[in-house]
Amino acid sequence: MTESDNIVAETAERIFTDLADAQTINNSKDASWKAPLWSALTEAGLPLSWVPEDCDGSGASIADGFSVLNSAGRFGIAVPLAETMLAGWLLAQAKIASPPDAMTVAPASPRDRITLNADDTLSGRARGVPFARDVKHIAVLATGAEGSSIALVDAAQCKIAAGLNLAGDASDTVNFDKVKPIAVKPAQKGFDQTSLMLMGGVARSLQIAGSLETMLDVSVRYSNERVAFEKKISKFQAVQHNLAKLAGEAAAALAAASSAADAVANSTAFDESIFLEAAAAKIRCAEAAEKGAAIAHQVHGAIGFTKEHILHRYTMRALAWREDFGNESHWAVELGKLVAARGADELWPLVASR
Amino acid sequence: MTAALRFDPIRLPPECEELRKEVRAFLADEIAAGTFDPHKPQREDSDAPEFSRRVGERGWLGMTWPKKYGGHERSFLERYVVTEEMRVANAPTRRFFVADRQSGPVLLKYAPEHIKMDILPRICRGEVCFAIGMSEPNSGSDLFAAKTKATKTDGGWLINGSKIWTTSAHIADYMIAIFRTSPPTKENRRHGLTQFLVDMKTPGITVNPIAQITGQYEFNEVVFQDAFVPDDHVLGEIDGAWKQATSELAYERSGPERFLETYYVLTELVRATGPNPDTRSAEGIGRLVAQLHTMRRMSVSVAGMLQAGKEPVVEASIVKDIGTIWEQQLPHRVRELAAFVDVDPLNHPTLDEQLAFATKLAPKLTIQGGTTEVLRGIIARGLGLR
Repeated sequence: MTESDNIVAETAERIFTDLADAQTINNSKDASWKAPLWSALTEAGLPLSWVPEDCDGSGASIADGFSVLNSAGRFGIAVPLAETMLAGWLLAQAKIASPPDAMTVAPASPRDRITLNADDTLSGRARGVPFARDVKHIAVLATGAEGSSIALVDAAQCKIAAGLNLAGDASDTVNFDKVKPIAVKPAQKGFDQTSLMLMGGVARSLQIAGSLETMLDVSVRYSNERVAFEKKISKFQAVQHNLAKLAGEAAAALAAASSAADAVANSTAFDESIFLEAAAAKIRCAEAAEKGAAIAHQVHGAIGFTKEHILHRYTMRALAWREDFGNESHWAVELGKLVAARGADELWPLVASR
Repeated sequence: MTAALRFDPIRLPPECEELRKEVRAFLADEIAAGTFDPHKPQREDSDAPEFSRRVGERGWLGMTWPKKYGGHERSFLERYVVTEEMRVANAPTRRFFVADRQSGPVLLKYAPEHIKMDILPRICRGEVCFAIGMSEPNSGSDLFAAKTKATKTDGGWLINGSKIWTTSAHIADYMIAIFRTSPPTKENRRHGLTQFLVDMKTPGITVNPIAQITGQYEFNEVVFQDAFVPDDHVLGEIDGAWKQATSELAYERSGPERFLETYYVLTELVRATGPNPDTRSAEGIGRLVAQLHTMRRMSVSVAGMLQAGKEPVVEASIVKDIGTIWEQQLPHRVRELAAFVDVDPLNHPTLDEQLAFATKLAPKLTIQGGTTEVLRGIIARGLGLR
């Protein structure tokens, strides 16, 4: 997915190039860059990519939407694009039409639960909800006596405590205190909070993979410009080997995330094979974020540690994205349990089935 | 973007899954018949000529080669399935593995027709074993420092010098080796080496075993004293071996053997841990499985690109770099996770024995077939740093 292989991703890429230049955003003193970017994305129908036309969306394929997110990761995009896409996708699972503005999803962690009460109100707390304070609506996966339900909630009805992730993007705690949703419908059989976490995890994996591709790109470029000891630092073997390792991490992240995206795009259910693909992608991408960000900073030296330089836009976001929709520790435990329950002789057949 | 790495999410086609069932059934029969023990890592010095012939009879050697040479004109992805199933089962592939992966394709490309007609069908039948003569006592990673000489004589060449770390030379029927036919030039230090096919029964060749730290013996020193190689055994361009060596590396570097070499310790860990792991064991196993799955998806992706006629040299080097480091670390990670596992399970002695073997084997994984340092140099070149 390193090259735009579809018109949707090409459109996104063009908008990012025109309106989300990392250096311009980094230099800007306010958030004035956000409105033109968001309106261009909305005009192109990208935030509602995964919403079918009969639910007021643009009805792009799952695969095309994932390509957009990979590209968003490459540009270190900090507007609720992934979140609105996921929210629209979640609502569409229950055939709830999407409103036209930015949305986010809750819960954003497998450790939080939102309960659907008998009177159709919602209770519970969701932490680390990306961009909650910046959006008008929240798509909610709620758990009730009858199983999982999907709800559309007016964000103004919730108590939102502001927080920031490592990159300085909004990551808020949302309290649902008997909130009356705008719409609520039962989820299809088999669709539950784990399904949402897996889908969110694949989205974040693609974003992390994209950010690693850019870390590699800017680090290679910098090493070919910076001179020390009278030669370009790219000529030092120690630097070359570090960059080769960064390429390996970017490659592993890209391969794992692309594979999981392909698996989700070609499946109708969140079964064991999707579980393996999505969990493995989130684990591997998170590990790659740690190793890759460390190398990108090492290659850049002190300049990469400044606010002025764009590097942190990618490194801090990649590290922050590890937390959303289940971090690597969570998924590793769940994947380990699945493998152990299937038994030693079923491990290879599971891996080979992908 | 300077670095356009591609790892397309290639899926194995349906015919591969049929084939996988056949391979698994075949291996189960071989295990039942006592040909090999799947719980014992492939013994490096074990030679299984009968097994090799039976694999040939099934049509699983030379799978991608033309039918006129005994091949089966199947895809790289089908070959991939056979290779990974054999590896995971710890099947004794030593006799045919090098010939099938590497030597056959070199002969296909560079050998004269009568030699292809003679040797390739025998490889496909699992009858012949190949060795690769690259390293010498004073040249390893620096391939182009090779000194073993081929001197022109009537009707052929006389070889003098020695090769070292030559895997399977003691059981091999043939070796494909590079020898010095001219000195390097000022402009090109890689000039002057030529690739030859050597019949190991040639007078003047002595094979001396070298014991390894695993307690096994797979590699050798091979000494040449006026060993005669006929003219028609020259493979490709005289003095031009450097042009031929690089394009085959993608095949050699990205296969399942580059991350599955110590896989058995993970299986046995899962068995010893049982169905209800504690949090620590579950997390440890989960992380290892995530890596395993990712490595395999990367490796299959490269196989798919090769099948499509691309030359993913950098991608293949990345697969070998991170795959070999992973399989090298695997016994150490498994050891940590096994520390608190109940010592009573029936397979615990198996796990301990496997861990001891894999831990001793591990250092060689990042050295053989292109060291980590060499691979990172290739990746760096691909990134535009050299």
